[in-house]
Amino acid sequence: MPEEKRIILKYADEPGYTRDIDCYLEHGGYEVLRKSYKLKPEDIHSEVMDSGLRGRGGAGFPTGLKWKFLDRKSGKPIYLICNADESEPGTFKDKQIIHKDPHQLIEGMMISAYSIQAKQAFIYIRGEFFDGARILEEAIEEARAKNFVGDNILGSNFSCDLVVHRGAGAYICGEETGLIESLEGKRPYPRIKPPYFPAVLGLYQSPTIVNNVETLCNVKHIVEMSGKEFAKIGTPGNTGTRIWCVSGHVQKPGYYEFPCGGLTMGEMIHDLCGGLLPGRELKAIIPGGSSAKVLKADERFSGKLKDGTEFDWSIWDIPLDFDGPAAAGSMSGSGGIIVMDNSTDIVQALSNINAFYAHESCGQCTPCREGVQWMRKVTRRMCAGDARKDDANLLLSIANQIEGRTVCAFGEAAAWPVQSFIEKFKDEFEDYPANGSVSSETGDKQLV
Amino acid sequence: MTHLENAMQLSKETLDKIDARVEKYPVKRSAALPLLHLIQEEKGYVPEEAIEWIAKRLELEPINIYEIVTFYPMLKRSPMGRKHVRVCRTLSCALRGGYQVCKTLQEQLGCKLDETSANGEFSIEFVECLASCGTAPVVMVNDEHHENMDDEKTVALCRELKKTSA
Amino acid sequence: MSENGNGKKELVEIFVDGQPVKVLPGINAIEAAKIAGKEIPHYCYHPKLSVVGNCRMCLMEMGTPMRERETGEPILEEDGSQKIGWIPKPVIGCSTNVSPGMHIKTESDLVKDCREGVMEFLLVNHPLDCPICDQAGECSLQEYAMDYGRGYSRYEERKNVKPKRTRLGPRVTLDDERCVLCSRCIRFGQEIADQDVLGFVDRGSFSTLTCHPNKELDHNYSLNTVDICPVGALTSTDFRFKMRVWFLKESPSICTESSIGANTTVWSREGVIYRITPRRNDAVNDTWMTDSGRELFNQVVADTRLTSFQIGGNSADPTASIKEATGLLSKGRTAVVASCHQSVEEQFITRKIADHLNSSVYIARHFGKGDGLLLSEDHTPNTRGAFLNGLTDSLPTEDLSSLAEKIDSEKVDTLLVCREDLTRVGLSEAQLEKVKLVLLDTQTSATASHADVLLPALTVFEKNGTFVNLNFRLQKFSQAVPGPAGLLPDTLILSKILSTLTGESFPDSPATIWKSLSQSNSKFKGIDFSSIPIDGIQLEKSAFDHIDFPEKQSLKYSPAAITG
Repeated sequence: MPEEKRIILKYADEPGYTRDIDCYLEHGGYEVLRKSYKLKPEDIHSEVMDSGLRGRGGAGFPTGLKWKFLDRKSGKPIYLICNADESEPGTFKDKQIIHKDPHQLIEGMMISAYSIQAKQAFIYIRGEFFDGARILEEAIEEARAKNFVGDNILGSNFSCDLVVHRGAGAYICGEETGLIESLEGKRPYPRIKPPYFPAVLGLYQSPTIVNNVETLCNVKHIVEMSGKEFAKIGTPGNTGTRIWCVSGHVQKPGYYEFPCGGLTMGEMIHDLCGGLLPGRELKAIIPGGSSAKVLKADERFSGKLKDGTEFDWSIWDIPLDFDGPAAAGSMSGSGGIIVMDNSTDIVQALSNINAFYAHESCGQCTPCREGVQWMRKVTRRMCAGDARKDDANLLLSIANQIEGRTVCAFGEAAAWPVQSFIEKFKDEFEDYPANGSVSSETGDKQLV
Repeated sequence: MTHLENAMQLSKETLDKIDARVEKYPVKRSAALPLLHLIQEEKGYVPEEAIEWIAKRLELEPINIYEIVTFYPMLKRSPMGRKHVRVCRTLSCALRGGYQVCKTLQEQLGCKLDETSANGEFSIEFVECLASCGTAPVVMVNDEHHENMDDEKTVALCRELKKTSA
Repeated sequence: MSENGNGKKELVEIFVDGQPVKVLPGINAIEAAKIAGKEIPHYCYHPKLSVVGNCRMCLMEMGTPMRERETGEPILEEDGSQKIGWIPKPVIGCSTNVSPGMHIKTESDLVKDCREGVMEFLLVNHPLDCPICDQAGECSLQEYAMDYGRGYSRYEERKNVKPKRTRLGPRVTLDDERCVLCSRCIRFGQEIADQDVLGFVDRGSFSTLTCHPNKELDHNYSLNTVDICPVGALTSTDFRFKMRVWFLKESPSICTESSIGANTTVWSREGVIYRITPRRNDAVNDTWMTDSGRELFNQVVADTRLTSFQIGGNSADPTASIKEATGLLSKGRTAVVASCHQSVEEQFITRKIADHLNSSVYIARHFGKGDGLLLSEDHTPNTRGAFLNGLTDSLPTEDLSSLAEKIDSEKVDTLLVCREDLTRVGLSEAQLEKVKLVLLDTQTSATASHADVLLPALTVFEKNGTFVNLNFRLQKFSQAVPGPAGLLPDTLILSKILSTLTGESFPDSPATIWKSLSQSNSKFKGIDFSSIPIDGIQLEKSAFDHIDFPEKQSLKYSPAAITG
């Protein structure tokens, strides 16, 4: 059975480990901060570049490259924002870090802030994490008292304060420019890019870096072990560890940290998560949060990887890293794996997902605002017993009219589930009886 | 604007917190959402007067606050039950029985979905993914998370909630 | 961007659907395509507001010339032409600023699909209101649906219901179901009118435009939101349900509210004016005007309108009246009261009359509050015309006290008064009793009741002419409706008076008057009335740099430093 490699979650679930700074310090906390403040900011950036670290929020964008785009010459203050708005369905990894090891995040942030020479740093945390916000604020005060946060950190002439800012129940605040608008006190409408790339025109129209919780924690470990050592973990282009979250129809749902590519989907589900529920068979897996395209149980995935090697996988063979699920036509996204067994009414499952996106659409741009709600109304009608044969094609057509046409990636996030569900389960959609929902007969649980 | 100040009575504690919070941001407007949270913490919801009060406090227009208070589901413009129950309805929780949990809660607490119970004690609403999918189904009561809510645990929770009510 | 020796910006060459076209660098693709003769449909983009890119109607394809990464050398196709790297996803035109060599496609299959998609989405929750909607005939939704829509909708679910008849303010009514959430009105309030009262509430497809309950959209520019609303969501309460726009004739005119001289369009049908909207002029008013300026057309049918020629208080015919007037003026010790409300042509003839009679010319000021935007501190449209015509060489005074004195000392016993109520500029009714009074005006007044000869005049909507605005811009206004039966244009009346006085015929229409004007007045040299462009002519203004004009900073005007 593959073994977890806990770097980020090393101490989080250790018995006796507590959130306070004293415990953190006992475990070597803030030593890396001290180390990094003796380096030059550019050196830290080099380490991050060498490490090959990719964002852990969902897009997988190389972190070093993101920092490179930062406009350091504008004369405007630079801001660092930690995206702790974890709202992607199926994802619950940042929650662990925030609630169990908050100082790791703070240390990672203060190292990053120093590297990008940020004037002020923010943690945008989702409103539903009441405890999380309290925990972070307490931790920040503890850190401030020891000169790790605030004025003249560690006696240097670098000052940077850290502010916790709570959201209030909007998934779109996880989109970096939506987050920035929300932080500015406005409706969280994502900005058009170009020209509003956060690295140039971000918070208060100043250069800003937005990074995920897990990404910022990794910065600490990169500086600790060096970028090159970090790059040895995982595989080329997929370096470091990732925390995978598994939920749905498995015996032991939960979170597990592995080197990228360190295990396959099959190993995760069968070995780590105890397999499917008794007497059930797999129907589908969503590998990276509800935005990711769904994978069908009996699908085969084949083609050529980036390095030229050929692959031919079943769903169980897919390696869990960035490139694996991508090669299989989906994405690793936020690392939220949702497992659906054969008790699942697939039309209801899509209807559930559509309801999520319809509720969360900010309404700024036409295709998402109207199209996502339309798709929701169609699947709701289908589940209410009035399904029509053409609904499958209609849904597909609407999704195709949304993808690539919107201000932000929410359009894709809402369109991909519809496209993939319909594509892979077309028969079920077309055969969905026009009178009477099937859920009570074949479905295990009500999904709508 | 005196009538507004009289209408909007906030405790000194809240006012101090508001002052401290506004100080944290280079631009005052950023404090809009935090101030809405602080007022909702004290009052249990965001009263209408609060919108103009916050606008004035941050040198904004009332529409600027009105725009955001209606955007975020966590901000309530009328009082909820003293114990507000949020049930996650997104896929992972639904796959493990979230909808059944909601039904049980309604039956046990004597309160319909999206309503407040007659005695003002409970209110129930569906919310989207609460980022605890590994311990689905998940429910929140005020600011506490309750996980792995199977039928038994749900009934036990309801018993607890009804016990501590007046 | 580089400038050539003349200080003009160098144009750059881009390709629109394969056709090369030279445009100013940095303009967006919508404007560039327009120059190339192609329309890129759009809702939320407006040339005078910030770019938000939320309607997605202007989606197009964009590509740039491909170059080798290291050397920068162009990559070529097999046939030797420059290889274009097309961006796989469509991009919005409003936020794509042109760069040299850029290629855009406005007519590909992808673009067609994007437009059909967006159109379909816009109509998903849009009510079937065309039969009762004021916007019909000038509605972007209708036009683009015809030009770029699929022609049918596949939507069979229920449409969202929203408030349908909200009073946003005293002059604007809102129908939320029709709103396409382009946010033009919100941006206008924030960026131009400086009254931030509009915003979106709720979320997703339930997003609704609204005003905070305790506020109103009541500033003096509220009707501009109606102009820029691409659909029938924001409508003018005054114009609502009054007339279908395709029956209306459009006449270009100039607002007479103040010296800004906002360019307007007067909409009329069969001699009745229904509304006034701003006309774009980037040198004067962009695409805006005041609400109060629009209401000026009410004077056309006001109860106070003077509708008949009168001699001694009795109706008379025009010829007799003019003859009587001329007689009085030639016999008496005459003074002439001109006005900054008169057009350039009318002022020209008035000056000539005064010269012939050897009379002094008096002219009063009508200054008031300005708003720093499109209402200036000078509430007349043609003060500078008075300067240019030599009616005055210093700022008009508030009171015509010197004239009052002359009347009291009996140095003046006859007055020709053009468009002025003397009782409001320092003269008493007793003084008016003392003199013979010939009055040329449109509305009744205290002065009118003392007139020995009453010559009813036409409003700006009923005649042709020009004004000179605060920037010394000469601008033309055109007749929109005929005046009340039997009335004559001011120029005709004044010309008749002049030619009777002098014994020589004198031009009596703006076109013919300008022949004389452009020859005799160097400031108007070389100008031909019929070829004055629709957006006006900038005149030389330095001769008046020493005048302390009252206007403060406004949209297109900065007060010059006083010299001399």
